[in-house]
Amino acid sequence: MTENLIEFNNISKFFGKVIALKDVTMKLKKGEIMCLLGDNGAGKSTLIKTLAGVHKPDEGEIVIEGKKTVFDSPKDALDMGIGTVYQDLALVPLMSVTRNFFMGREPLKGLPFLKTFDIEKANQIAAERMGQIGIDVRDPSQAVGTMSGGERQCLAISRAIYFGAKVLVLDEPTSALGVHQASMVLKYVVKAASQGLAVILITHNVHHAYPVGNSFTVLNRGKSLGTFNKKDISREELLGMMAGGEELDKLEVELEEMNRINN
Amino acid sequence: MSDKAKSIASKKTSRQDERLKEVSKLRLLLNRPELGAVGGAILVFIFFGIVAGDTGMFSAYGTLNFLDVSANLGIIAIAAAMLMIGGEFDLSIGSMIGFAGICIAIPAIYWGWPLWISIIFAFAMAVLVGYFNGILVVKTGLPSFIVTLAMLFILRGATLAITRLITGRTQVPGLRVLIENDPIAWMFATDTFKWLFTWLGSMNLIALRTDGTPLATGIPPSVIWFIAATLFATWILMKTRYGNWIFASGGDKNGATNVGVPVGRVKISLFIGTAVAATIFATIQVLDAGSADTMRGNLKELEAIAAAVVGGCLLTGGYGSAIGAAFGALIFGTVSMGIFYTDVDTDWFKVFLGAMMLIAVVFNNYIRKRVTESK
Repeated sequence: MTENLIEFNNISKFFGKVIALKDVTMKLKKGEIMCLLGDNGAGKSTLIKTLAGVHKPDEGEIVIEGKKTVFDSPKDALDMGIGTVYQDLALVPLMSVTRNFFMGREPLKGLPFLKTFDIEKANQIAAERMGQIGIDVRDPSQAVGTMSGGERQCLAISRAIYFGAKVLVLDEPTSALGVHQASMVLKYVVKAASQGLAVILITHNVHHAYPVGNSFTVLNRGKSLGTFNKKDISREELLGMMAGGEELDKLEVELEEMNRINN
Repeated sequence: MSDKAKSIASKKTSRQDERLKEVSKLRLLLNRPELGAVGGAILVFIFFGIVAGDTGMFSAYGTLNFLDVSANLGIIAIAAAMLMIGGEFDLSIGSMIGFAGICIAIPAIYWGWPLWISIIFAFAMAVLVGYFNGILVVKTGLPSFIVTLAMLFILRGATLAITRLITGRTQVPGLRVLIENDPIAWMFATDTFKWLFTWLGSMNLIALRTDGTPLATGIPPSVIWFIAATLFATWILMKTRYGNWIFASGGDKNGATNVGVPVGRVKISLFIGTAVAATIFATIQVLDAGSADTMRGNLKELEAIAAAVVGGCLLTGGYGSAIGAAFGALIFGTVSMGIFYTDVDTDWFKVFLGAMMLIAVVFNNYIRKRVTESK
């Protein structure tokens, strides 16, 4: 039994009187993909921002590699190896693949007081990294706007890994993608995990989460309904739990009622 | 241009890709923001070459004339282009030109400051105005269009009011005598390469005055500043980390912030850049004319933005080039002077200016689509 890479123990977050998160606990090992499922308003965004160091939890503790940690800023979280890929990806479509890859963290060369952006090196690394995921960037100076949604997602993930992420936090990486593109992204996520990263995949799409996840945490109205290993739970059970099973049942009953009246 | 070319070169050596051929040199060229302006400038030169080729427009004297006009506009257009790439506008450039002019003239003439201290004072004021514009835009989140429009009125009004209060008029003459032996003023007031023109004159290659000296005496300072500004701005945009931050700040403010780009600082520095460029423009003009005028630089902000747009800058930010803006300024300068050499009534100049901008915007829109949606 290996040690947990990262633990979130009983995390709570309040905004005034609103309880955004209550007693959420998650534990991840290296190479594990945990899917965080929840409907809109379940507290997913708050949890991501807590993971990324944007919010400080009001209760509970974050433990990384056995050490209790407090994130004072998003930079702290980054330095501790939490790489968050937000839904908007933080990519600029008009800029080149290379310039996006190194945005804000450009490699430099030259004299101490006259350092310039080392574009050759940056181009080379960007092309290499994209090649590793099987995305053949014909020309790393092409604009990101020319890439498909899936490729952009992969670029953003690849960038997070390159800059030292040990835990990848992916916010709805497949939500805007078609089937083919989504499977490309999910394949890459699995590959990243197999190389020893821990992945927290946030989604409301059980069909995307179930095939790749090792464990599933379901959030509902700010509370965790528990974490389940894949062998202990089916896709349908997860779906039911996420939407609040009763609600779906209720909907079914209502639809039947309507059918009866119409007939 | 260069980083694209180099990336191709480096890829060729590191890993041969069979699909690389598709990205031809022509395609790379077509995707450059300055393509339209360079093409436009060539067309303009061909046009005047045919229409006014034998009128003296392209004599040494005529050429320096339209280059001087282009260069003056170019200095502010390049700064405006950098700011536009960074995602903001500065409508106060024209007013800053007038303001900087009197910041030099009043201390030098009325307060007895040495000219060079007055010039430094004007630049210090420019940094303040730019910083104020920038901090206001960054802190309030208001559109820079509105903030700098307010500054346009405030600066112009202050220039007029202060000048009239101190001098009782709206012009401050008498600066020419102060230029000589000044440790700084020569940078803004000296024609260079005089020996070349003297030599050309002695060989009877260029037109001479009746006293035997050449009509064109040297390269005006504006042209030197213009070339230096173009090179410097291009170097920053293409070769430095700060340049990448400018593109990122204008392309997607939130994304850039999320990956650690100091967007606020970048934008403030670009506002300082436009104000400083306006002051360079003002210093050259004031020393050339020997006087400051409160109305100097009127509407120049719009010409600068027009040149930047013709040069390929997108109004939405994140895309453009300094070389493009330089060629945009060259087009305007050439046409505004060239029109005198043709039979066309000069009243038509503004019609041309507007039409040119419209064509440029449509063309740029097409280019942006090519660049971002070519899959």
